[in-house]
Amino acid sequence: MTAEKKIRVLVAKPGLDSHDRGAKVVARALRDAGMEVIYTGLRQTPEQIVETALQEDVDVIGLSILSGAHTVLFPRIMELMKKKKLDDILVFAGGIIPQEDVPALKKIGIAEVFGPGTPTDTLVKFVRESVRRKK
Amino acid sequence: MYVKANTLIGGSSKTMFDKRKLDDIAKERERWGKTTVPDWIRRNPERRKEFYNISGVRMNRVYTPGDIKNLDYMRDLGFPGEYPFTRGVHATMYRGRFWTMRMFSGFGTAKQTNERFKYLLQEGETGLSIAFDYPTIMGYDSDAPIAKGEVGICGVAVSSLKDFETLFNGIPLDKVTTSMTINGPAAMLLAMYIAIGDQQGVAREKLGGTTQNDLLKEFYAQKLCIFPPKPSVKLVTDIVEYCTKHLPRWNPISISGYHIREAGSNAVQELAFTLYDGIAYVEAAMERGLKADDFAPRLSFFFASHNDFFEEVAKLRAARRLWARIMKERFKAKNPRSMWMRMHVQTSGCTLTAQQPINNLVRVAFQSLSAVLGGTQSLHTNSFDEALALPSEEAVRTALRIQQIIAHETGVTNTVDPLAGSYCIEALTNEMEEKALAYIDKIDSMGGIIPAIEKGYLQKEIADSAYKYQKEIEKNERIIVGLNDYTVEKDWIPIKLLRIRSEVEKEQVANLHEVKKERNNEKVKKVLDKLHDDADRDKNLMSTIIEAVKTYATLGEICNILRNVYGEYKELIVI
Repeated sequence: MTAEKKIRVLVAKPGLDSHDRGAKVVARALRDAGMEVIYTGLRQTPEQIVETALQEDVDVIGLSILSGAHTVLFPRIMELMKKKKLDDILVFAGGIIPQEDVPALKKIGIAEVFGPGTPTDTLVKFVRESVRRKK
Repeated sequence: MYVKANTLIGGSSKTMFDKRKLDDIAKERERWGKTTVPDWIRRNPERRKEFYNISGVRMNRVYTPGDIKNLDYMRDLGFPGEYPFTRGVHATMYRGRFWTMRMFSGFGTAKQTNERFKYLLQEGETGLSIAFDYPTIMGYDSDAPIAKGEVGICGVAVSSLKDFETLFNGIPLDKVTTSMTINGPAAMLLAMYIAIGDQQGVAREKLGGTTQNDLLKEFYAQKLCIFPPKPSVKLVTDIVEYCTKHLPRWNPISISGYHIREAGSNAVQELAFTLYDGIAYVEAAMERGLKADDFAPRLSFFFASHNDFFEEVAKLRAARRLWARIMKERFKAKNPRSMWMRMHVQTSGCTLTAQQPINNLVRVAFQSLSAVLGGTQSLHTNSFDEALALPSEEAVRTALRIQQIIAHETGVTNTVDPLAGSYCIEALTNEMEEKALAYIDKIDSMGGIIPAIEKGYLQKEIADSAYKYQKEIEKNERIIVGLNDYTVEKDWIPIKLLRIRSEVEKEQVANLHEVKKERNNEKVKKVLDKLHDDADRDKNLMSTIIEAVKTYATLGEICNILRNVYGEYKELIVI
């Protein structure tokens, strides 16, 4: 039964910043909610993130960035995913991302952008429902 | 081991209270607890069953002399400017001079940051503090592939001495002191500062400021490391040794709890881990043959000021007392200055909310007040827009105004350590000290800070606290105004957020290429080869690095030489 298959999530930190408090809290919350979570660690290049997603066969990628480089790195990640035919993976993002950047990020295929203060329950619900809808 | 304030049963002559009176108070307290309190509570129940501060210390309903019955005034508090410095490192504190108002700033190109520096100095800032961008912090030049999208975004981009020349244009280094938040490449940035001093004709003994240069906390908290722990501590110690001999007014390390706190620790962990990092640096410098009294007076500290007001005041007071005792008892320092804990405090960035951002002004004001009542020497106040973007000029000015209002309007600066003697504050100060000592003992038993890092112990402690705090908020056990209560539908911010123009990267890279074209590449190669040799032979690298930056060898080039020799640090992932 598909319902028994655990959702696999890659929590990834692109960019050079080292603010991993949020990424780690999210990783732990998703794991506590029964998902399988892989955390990349800091400073992963877009290539490394997409490669890990491929190797680990994940359903979801959560990108966390607080350095402001999302405008350069997110498009690169989405482009590489398309190339590797991974566009069925759900991608969401969080960190310090100005509201005015969100429409452009959604346009390139990022499903949702969560700002500071988002309850982890909201994330868990979002991931579950989005994955269910995709199946 | 150290004397613990709470555990000694001081003779009646040493403690502050008469034994019989204490007994009377204890009896009265018991009676009160059995009569007045339940009477009142029956009609007016308390908001919750138990009250805790953020570190998990249970707060009493009321504090009395009985809670500090073993406090010995002269042993545990003393007078300001005297051992154990609980009441402050200076005799008159803010009656003489206010703390240094030092705003952490840097963004875009060196030219833009130079303008921000001048603006802040004109608005009454009294010291500079540089924020570098991530490529600089990680020892990469602005044109490195990994730097793409990051140049000048979170701080100012510095790739060579040329950028520093622009950054300090029109700022005389004998008139200001400068703090640099730099760790992995601290030696290179300090070398550039020295080179600017030389250009301006300022003698090295007149250069004042601080390099953060606290690598240990990088491995488990801030995580901006280039080299593995051992060579990192070697570089830290090179700087300590160099400054001890040539830069008497420079603070070679700012032993930082701030990042430990921002990574998610509580106040007790912040205090304990910071002190332990301090212990490790003192040990490393003593192994190098320096005497504690040669360098310890120039060690400085850096703490966060978070939301729980009394806890924060207690933390800073306990920090001073503990450090004084550690220096005296563990390291046998003789010079009282070696026992001084001089500190910088920054209000806690992670407490700021993106929701109703203007509320952050109030948070920052309370956090600043606790830092001042805790006796800080220097303060950075966060801007209210920082959960959204780098601070705009209006927001940073208002943040600075908070400090000026505390200094000039509140009156709290007219007397020294005004919260001393509060039963609650003294009890919390004792408790802070005791709990921090328990962590210090634990890390001692693990064989020191590096084994504790390698086992992931510190990382795990911090991650657990961060998760606990987040869960408390989500269960509404902890109310954050505007976030999980008192929310609004439509948010509002009265200013325009700062955006870094995308041309900054292009300009910066073009400048860097210009520098590489104009310099004498033969000279650069020669000095870099020498650096390689010196590193191989484990020499103190400071002089050669100064020589290197003067040839306009870039930050990336210098760091790459050391990456070759030392290798790169690989993160130990602990969730």
